[in-house]
Amino acid sequence: MTAKTIFEKVWGNHVVQALPDGNTLLYIDRHLIHEVTSPQAFEGLRLANRKVRKPTLTFATMDHNVPTDNRTSIKDLIAKTQIETLEKNCKEFGIILYGLDSDKQGIVHVIGPELGITLPGTTVVCGDSHTSTHGAFGALAFGIGTSEVEHVLATQCLVQKKPKTFLVCFDGNLPKGVTAKDLILKLIGEIGTAGGTGCVLEYAGSAISSLSMEARMTICNMSIEAGARAGMIAPDDTTFQYIASNNRPFAPKDKKLEKAISDWRILKTDEKASYDRQITIDVHNMEPQITWGTNPGMVLGINGVIPKPEEVRSATKADVESALKYMGLTPGTKLTDLTVDVVFIGSCTNSRIEDLRAAAQIFKGKKVSPKVVALVVPGSETVKKQAEAEGLHKIFTAAGAEWRNSGCSMCLAMNPDKLKSGERCASTSNRNFEGRQGKGGRTHLVSPQMAAAAAIAGHFVDVRSWL
Amino acid sequence: MKAFTKHTGTLAIINRENIDTDQIISKEHLKSIKKTGYEKALFSDWRYDDEGKPNPSFELNWPQYAKATILVTGNNFGCGSSREHAVWAIIQYGFAAVIAPRIERNGNTIPGFADIFKNNSSKNGLLTIELSQEEVNRIIQIATHKQDVQVTIDLTQQSITFNTEKPQSFSFKIDASTKNKLLEGLDDIGRTEKFADTITTFETKHNTYL
Ligand code: SF4
Repeated sequence: MTAKTIFEKVWGNHVVQALPDGNTLLYIDRHLIHEVTSPQAFEGLRLANRKVRKPTLTFATMDHNVPTDNRTSIKDLIAKTQIETLEKNCKEFGIILYGLDSDKQGIVHVIGPELGITLPGTTVVCGDSHTSTHGAFGALAFGIGTSEVEHVLATQCLVQKKPKTFLVCFDGNLPKGVTAKDLILKLIGEIGTAGGTGCVLEYAGSAISSLSMEARMTICNMSIEAGARAGMIAPDDTTFQYIASNNRPFAPKDKKLEKAISDWRILKTDEKASYDRQITIDVHNMEPQITWGTNPGMVLGINGVIPKPEEVRSATKADVESALKYMGLTPGTKLTDLTVDVVFIGSCTNSRIEDLRAAAQIFKGKKVSPKVVALVVPGSETVKKQAEAEGLHKIFTAAGAEWRNSGCSMCLAMNPDKLKSGERCASTSNRNFEGRQGKGGRTHLVSPQMAAAAAIAGHFVDVRSWL
Repeated sequence: MKAFTKHTGTLAIINRENIDTDQIISKEHLKSIKKTGYEKALFSDWRYDDEGKPNPSFELNWPQYAKATILVTGNNFGCGSSREHAVWAIIQYGFAAVIAPRIERNGNTIPGFADIFKNNSSKNGLLTIELSQEEVNRIIQIATHKQDVQVTIDLTQQSITFNTEKPQSFSFKIDASTKNKLLEGLDDIGRTEKFADTITTFETKHNTYL
């Protein structure tokens, strides 16, 4: 038997049919849908008189459009229509929905793992590029477009071209104050925002095995920012413990779980397996990372200075100039001298309970700078409840930060939470594209600890000196 | 989906790298439940000023590009979100094809298009053509020199021809399945449904752990 990578094993287990044109008809175990990329897919089904092949394998929630303050009255009527359309579609086609009235509602990539929908060795797709998050469990998980959403609904399969494999090894012990977010930002800085195009990344190495499931999700989440559609981490005892813990209604239980775990143990990459590409990153001397430009590859350690256009090897001079102009930055400025107007802690990258605990540790007993508006938005209602049970919300509000209901919030400015033009934001989300958090808004991506520290200081700081 | 066989039109050039789907169609326009009506939304943050008037410095507002149907752009076009609305907006604005360069930088190859975008394009009849940086540079040169030059893209021949006095041609690669799909305007779901029995057989022995 030839040695295989975890990706090749999971892929192999889902081949329904090799197609004559070289593509593969791949079976999909889990399909997650939300309000933004699904309405046209259901419309397509209706027009062609098609049904949903396996309604029990699709799970729905609403997250992108949802207001995070008062969610009982949605003022934006177009957003409201989209939300109601999802309700209607789920009802008509028999799909389970965690809607606004559900205590399990949340960002689709937060609730999938939480509810035990995401499992090792499965294929998971969603009409959202951050579906890569679920790869943290050793699932093959990737984002799809609306035509493909319709295709999965109708056939429970997708036509896919087999991607290449790319091993990313993070070696060493993570220094204090350096997090999963910093690892993935560092990687994107190294390989660029298109570095993983056409590949499935596999994250391995001692720094990865020591991470919690939530931290692993943060890493896999941003695989797409490195150009890869999917990122995977081999499941291990950390994974199995997460799945076995309470309140995961869709995870296997008891005997079924034991059997599943024995299947999952053999998923890891065989020793002799080879990859199309690989890279090793030593984490020993890593600093907390912060993006300075308008794509996640424009990133530096916190003690860096804004580069001159000709110093950036990963982008053209013109692109760096335009990024600096958009961001309102002058070369030579220390990153720690940049003041912030808004701090956003949330999004499918960093809104889980551990992220909130890490932020709370920094906020505790301190006050948000009077010049800063800080928002803490839990990734799901489950996270929210847990945080409140631990009293974290009191720490946030005592510090002067706002404590919200779950949703995508200021990650993408599709709901009322947005930056105003020219505002500078320390954000724990995943994209610093122009206008991503609001037209003219300036985003710096950082970890939850770094964001919290910036909220208090009113400017970026090296959070390691606070720990 | 409309088939793509041959297309003749003029070029518009937006020479920037990494144009992401948030720029192609910003989120305010994603709230619709329809598949149409996105033409005005294309590049809206760049195309209009704060009062909603056309921003004269943005390429697509230049008079010479007013009738363009082929977009020439920088590498890694369409990176970011999976929103298919980006492709719908490009098509509904009137573009039939997008040309972008594959480039080499620091020993890495950066493709012309991001994966999901390319995939979404092929499902909507939008042709994405990846050429080398030199070829794209030459195309930009020709088109800058003679802005109203008609260009014919022939998918069967996999060629781009400038209908100049002395016609100049470029050939491009495309994988066979995408080519077929575009040429015939095929519906993916219909094709997969032919395997319904195979899928059923697969399902009987496959464990979804649910
Ligand atoms: S939190 Fe942001 S990145 Fe994640 S699904 Fe929502 S909008 Fe997308």
